[in-house]
Order: sequence, then structure tokens, then C-alpha cells
Amino acid sequence: MIPELGLFALIVALGLAATLGVLAIVGAQRGDARWMAVARPAARAQFGFVAIAFLCLTYAFVANDFSVLYVATNSNSQLPLAYRVAAVWGGHEGSLLLWTLSLSGWMLAVTFFSRHLPEAMVARVLGVMGLVSVGFLLFMIVASNPFERLLPAAPEGSDLNPLLQDPGMVAHPPLLYMGYVGFSVAYAFAIAALLGGRLDATWARWSRPWTTIAWMFLTLGIAVGSGWAYYELGWGGWWFWDPVENASLMPWLVGTALVHSLAVTEKRGGFRAWTVLLAICAFALSLLGTFLVRSGVLSSVHAFATDPRRGTFILVFLSVVIGASLVLYALRAPRVSAGGSFAPVSRESMLLANNVLLLVAAGTVLLGTLYPLFLDALGLGKISVGPPYFETVMVPLMTPVLFLIGVGPIARWKKAALPELAVRLRWAAAVAVVTAVLSTLALGRWRPAVAFGLLMAAWIAASSVVALIGNARGAGRLGARLASIPRGYWGMFLAHLGLAVFVAGVTLVRGYESAKDVKMRRGDSVTLAGNVFTMQALGAANGPNYTATRATITVTRAGAPVATLMPEKRVYNASAMVMTEAAIDSGPMRDLYVSLGDRLDRDTWVVRVQRKPFIGWIWLGCVAMAAGGLLAATDRRYRLAVRRGQVLHPAAAPAAV
Amino acid sequence: MSVLTFPRPAPGARRTVPGTRLTSVCVRGRARRLARLLLGLWLAAAATAGWAGEAEPAAADPQLEARVMALATELRCLVCQNQTIADSNAALAADLRGQIRERLRAGASDREVTEYMVARYGDFVLYRPPLRARTLLLWAGPALLLATALAAYFTHLARRGRGAPAAPLDEPEQARVRELLDAPRFGGEP
Repeated sequence: MIPELGLFALIVALGLAATLGVLAIVGAQRGDARWMAVARPAARAQFGFVAIAFLCLTYAFVANDFSVLYVATNSNSQLPLAYRVAAVWGGHEGSLLLWTLSLSGWMLAVTFFSRHLPEAMVARVLGVMGLVSVGFLLFMIVASNPFERLLPAAPEGSDLNPLLQDPGMVAHPPLLYMGYVGFSVAYAFAIAALLGGRLDATWARWSRPWTTIAWMFLTLGIAVGSGWAYYELGWGGWWFWDPVENASLMPWLVGTALVHSLAVTEKRGGFRAWTVLLAICAFALSLLGTFLVRSGVLSSVHAFATDPRRGTFILVFLSVVIGASLVLYALRAPRVSAGGSFAPVSRESMLLANNVLLLVAAGTVLLGTLYPLFLDALGLGKISVGPPYFETVMVPLMTPVLFLIGVGPIARWKKAALPELAVRLRWAAAVAVVTAVLSTLALGRWRPAVAFGLLMAAWIAASSVVALIGNARGAGRLGARLASIPRGYWGMFLAHLGLAVFVAGVTLVRGYESAKDVKMRRGDSVTLAGNVFTMQALGAANGPNYTATRATITVTRAGAPVATLMPEKRVYNASAMVMTEAAIDSGPMRDLYVSLGDRLDRDTWVVRVQRKPFIGWIWLGCVAMAAGGLLAATDRRYRLAVRRGQVLHPAAAPAAV
Repeated sequence: MSVLTFPRPAPGARRTVPGTRLTSVCVRGRARRLARLLLGLWLAAAATAGWAGEAEPAAADPQLEARVMALATELRCLVCQNQTIADSNAALAADLRGQIRERLRAGASDREVTEYMVARYGDFVLYRPPLRARTLLLWAGPALLLATALAAYFTHLARRGRGAPAAPLDEPEQARVRELLDAPRFGGEP
């Protein structure tokens, strides 16, 4: 009964979304206030019904209703409650539902935080998002119904993939989807601007905080996913250039370009058409990413073809969204004025260079991700494109981006002088070179690649500080001058510093990580970089739905205890899948990482001990970037705009009609 | 005994500081190797006597193992979702690691091992796709993209710089500018 209720809620939501999409957009084009007034209530109702559907599916998981096919394939009665809830988005159908819930959630947020916007703008934005929802709801109802029954019911479920039974997996997809789907707001604003012909600095000010928040979620989502891979996959890698990861990296790269391009549009009125195009691209890549991950096309082109209904729907939906947006863009963008002029050396030119390079990087990731699929589909054989390829091509592409981060914030708008830039940045350059050389020597043996990576990190940090000092110059106490710097600037500062920390972490862990594979039985010890790992105990440690062997390994350094690590090897009951649960002692300067390999005899195991210097900086940097995004999005000027808008609203509404 | 996986002493460690002579000898090359050999023998003796011991490296020859792993990180485990032979715990991956080890031990070069793998499993096994006619676009693509983007970028800059020269202000406009500049500011945004 409950699953049927869920499906019914989805159908109602589809009706609401379709009504919203048509009425609000047509109403805005015709200037009909009554039609436009449908937008907010319809969007809220749509959220309500999608939430009901989501709760119904959650209930089916919590109640172990194995007469629902999706529950039977993704859950098990032994699965702990928290993971049964997370299992809702553990498979294809449920993650589409989460996507749609997230989209409706963003729509709900737009209805509340849009009181300062003209009614026509709100109607168009919600209408566009409603149309996107139509696509997803239709797809679920027609081709991937999460509530499909399995009659007679299965006596037991086949369990959630053990890889996903982890707290990281509870947080990762919702965060990532908030980011992916958040770009739909930027996209909807862009389409609304094209439809309404209003594309100016005010428009950029409206859409900028939304875009920044979406970017923040995407950054966090990717970071959590990478952290999860680090400790859950059991061999200590943190980024694999897997197509699934690339699918999230592409919208992130384009989204980063969009965040910067919006800055020019808001401050200078420039890059308008370009900003709109980036917003369309970012959302198109989000859609592509969702479908790449969820359609099964990645594991095999043929998996995609075996279910032609899903494949066809996805391709048609993608083509309609991207095609319609680009047609609209082609029709409307030429009429958009180009904005102010700028010199070849200026903040605009540097931000444009940043955009161009980020887009080329995104294009490269796209090429590397789709190339094997195309070759396979064309019958030209199977190839693999992996980390060696991406590292070879991405490092040269991203290096100039890192360099420009140092110069951009210092350059003046419109026209900057190279000699002046050089004078202001010479200290930053000197500090960067000295830091890179000294820290490389201090940390270990000289490695050109490490020195170069550290140079880039130190350059970003030092030049950001130089820019900050330049910004705080003037009369009064330093504290007061720093306090007068707007929050948006602090956001940029923090995000750029975060990138510097990230680059340093990546460089150091690649340069100085060490590992040993040894055979261990109780009492054996192994020394790695001064840390003595001793296996103290080996025993059974069974969980609710798995049996495990757990080793207790103490770490000492110069006789002093450092940590006690308990890696496990688990066998999950339902799927008989073997999982390596690594044990990690994290620290600001290094992680010690221990995982169990194969069992050699009754009490001898192959154990891999690893030391990963500064690996925590990778995620610390990502968190700082996200925090920078949050600061920037909550800048005073956006909040002021909201407050001012509330007062103006009664007068503004009729004028917009 | 595995000596290789220990970090080499930094150049500064060669100085002999009075009072720390023993430790500084221990971290030196030959002396250290000897010390470790003695330690190893002692530990081996201890282990047979039923004591706790230094764990044995999983690989007999760590130097060979480093080459095996370097090769294995560029090869795809064919039965896994998307893992290298180095990372995977699958039986096939362990088997292939063993084959790489055997071939290297028999004196094969890295290149010969890779070629052997390609001959058996095709290009699919290589994570770094080889340059062939069908991968030409893959390898040239990023450069082409970059060249196109840069060409567009510089064309745009040239047009922007040339196309819109700022018109000189006439007298009323200049008066307005003076008026605005002289007016007191009310804490606008930067």
C-alpha cells in the first residue's frame, strides 16, 4: 500500500511540475500575473509530493519490505538501520529519486529567498526548474520506478553493496547531488534571463549566491567521496580518475569557471553571454554526470543497450535540455551587449584566461572519459584511459591556472600595468621560491616535481596575502581596515588559500609516501619511516551482517606509543563479498595507514603499512574552499539586497507585470 | 633485509655530531647495512626461539617488487570495475602480478613485460593508451582544445582592446564627474 502511495505521489508531482513549467513560463511571457502566481505554490506542492514519495521509499527500506524490487535488490534484514536509510540512494532508481528531491528542495528554497526578485523572473526560474523536474519524474515513472513490486516477495534482500555500508556513503551522495542539482538554479536563472531579455549586473547579483552555494556543495561532495574512497577501498588512494569521479569533476571545473565569470558580470557587467553559456554547460555536465554514473553505460556500453528504454530516454532528455538551451542561446545571446571594454592585461583578461583554461581542462576530462565509450560503441576495440593519461595532460593545463590565481586578484579591473604587477608580486614570488626550496630540503630528498608543486602552493598563498595587504592599505588601525574588507573578499581569500593547501597536500603525498608489504603473525613488527608497527593480537570481530578478522597493531616511535590500529578483513553474509577495512591514524603531518591483505595460513597475514605525509591537507584544502564559498555567498550585499527587496516588494510587483 | 624502503639519509645527516656518533653510524650506508644484517640474524635467531620477530617482507626481493608494482599500477585488472593490477585483490590481479614478477626475474625489460601483456589482453590492459591511429584524437585532443581556446582568447582580447575605445568626455559629462567625485561617500561597496 505504502509503495503505491509513493508512486501516486510521484505522479501527482509530475502533474504539478508540468503545470508549473507551462503556466509560469507562458504567464511570464504574456505578462499574466495570475498565471505567474501559480509558480510558488506549485513549486512548494511539488516538493511536498516528492518528499512523500521519498519517505514512502524510506519506509519500505526501514520496514524491510522485500516485495518492492528495489528494496530487495539493495537491502537486507541484517543491515543496520542507518544503512537501510542510506540504501534508499544506494542504487539507480533511488538515487534518481534523491536527485529529484534535491531539485525540488532547491525550488522550495527559491520560493522563499526570491522576495526581492521581479515576479516574472521568479516565475521563469521556477518554471524552468519545473520542466527539468518533469524530465526526471517522467523518467522515474516510465523507465525506473523505485516502487516496482516483486511478487511474490523475496524472503530476504540481496543486501546493499558492502562498499556503500559506510558513514561516508550516507553523506556523500546527498552533498554531491545538492551540488549537481544546485547548478540547475544557475541554469534556470540563465534561461530565465534569455527568455526575459534581462541579462545585466543585477541579474548576476541574483544568481551569484545560488551558484556559489551549489559550487560549495559540489566541492564538499567530491571531497567526502574522495575521503570515503581513501579509507574504504583499502589501499590508500584518494583519486583514481575513475569515470564516476570524472563525472563530478567536470561540472566542478565548469562551475568554478562560472563562479569567476559571474564576478565579472556582477562587478563590471562584462562576460554576460559567456556567463549564460557557462551556466548552461555546468548544468548539462551535471546531467551528463548523473546519467553516466547511473545508466550503467560506464561498466559496459552494452549494459546501456540491453535496456533500450532507459538509454533512449536518457539520450532524448539530454538532447532536449541541451539542444533547447543552446537554440535559445543562439537566438538571444547576440542581442546581449558585450559589456565594458578591457585591456589585454586586466583583471577581466585574467579571469577570462582562467575560464578558458578551466573549460579546456573540463573538455579534456570529458574526452578522456568518453573516448573509450565511443571507440567501443563504434566497434574500434576497447581501450582504457586511466591515471597515467590524465596526469600527463592535466598537470600542464592546470599549472597556468594556479599561476594566474596569484596575479588575478591583484590586477586592476579594465586595465592593469605589467610593471606595477611585477613590483607588487616580487615579494610573493621571492617568498614562494624560498619556501619551496627550504621545505623540500627540510622534508626529505630533493625532488624537482615536489619543489615545483610546493612552489605553486606557496605562490598562491603568498600572493593572496600580498593582495589582502594591498586591499587593507589606508588610514586607521590594521584591525579596523581588515574588518572593513567585505566578506566576499574573505571568501575568495580563504578559497584560494584552500587551493594552496590542497596543492601542497597532493604534492607532498605523491612525493614522500612510503609503503611496505610484509607477512605478519602475532608478535611480528615492521618499521616504516621510524614508526614500529607490531601486531599484538589477531581475532574475530563479527558485525551484525558480516564476519571479520581483526588485527590489533600498535605503533611506537622511539619507544613511545603513537597509536593502536585495528584493521579488519570482512566477509559480508548476504553477498559473500570480501572487504578490506583499513585502520588509519590521522594527523596534521601524516597518516599511518594499515590494511590487511591476504591470509597466508591460519595466523599469518600479508599486511600493508603505509605512511602518507600531509594527505589530510587534501581534504582540509577542499573544506577551506567550500568555507570560502559559504563566506562569499553570505556577503552583506546579497543580504542587503534581500532586505531592501522586502520593503520594495509591494511596489515592485505590479511594475513587473 | 629490506634496506631500500628506508628513506635515504638527508645530506645533512653525514655530519658526525659528538655524542650521537653511534646513531649517525647506524644511518650510514654500508655500516647501516651491516648493522641491519646483524640485527636481522639476531632477530631470525630470536624468531626460531619462539620470540616476536621482525616481519618478513611479503616479497622476497623488495627491489624486484618495486619494479613489479610500478608496472602493475599502469595495468588494468580485467575482471574488476576499474582498478589497477597493483591495487586489486582479485585472484587474476595476483596471478598477473606473479607473471610480471616471473618475467622480470627471468631478465625481461619493463617494455617486454608490457608488450607481453598487450599481446595477451590487448590495449585494454594499458591505463596509458598507446599512441595509435585510433587514439590519435585522444592524445592530440587536449592540445587541440587548448590551441583553439587560446586562439579564440587572444582574438577576443585584441578585439576588445581595439574595438571599444573610451570616448573622451564632453564638458557637461566632466562637470558631472567632478560633482560625483567630490560628493561625500556613503559607505558603498568596494
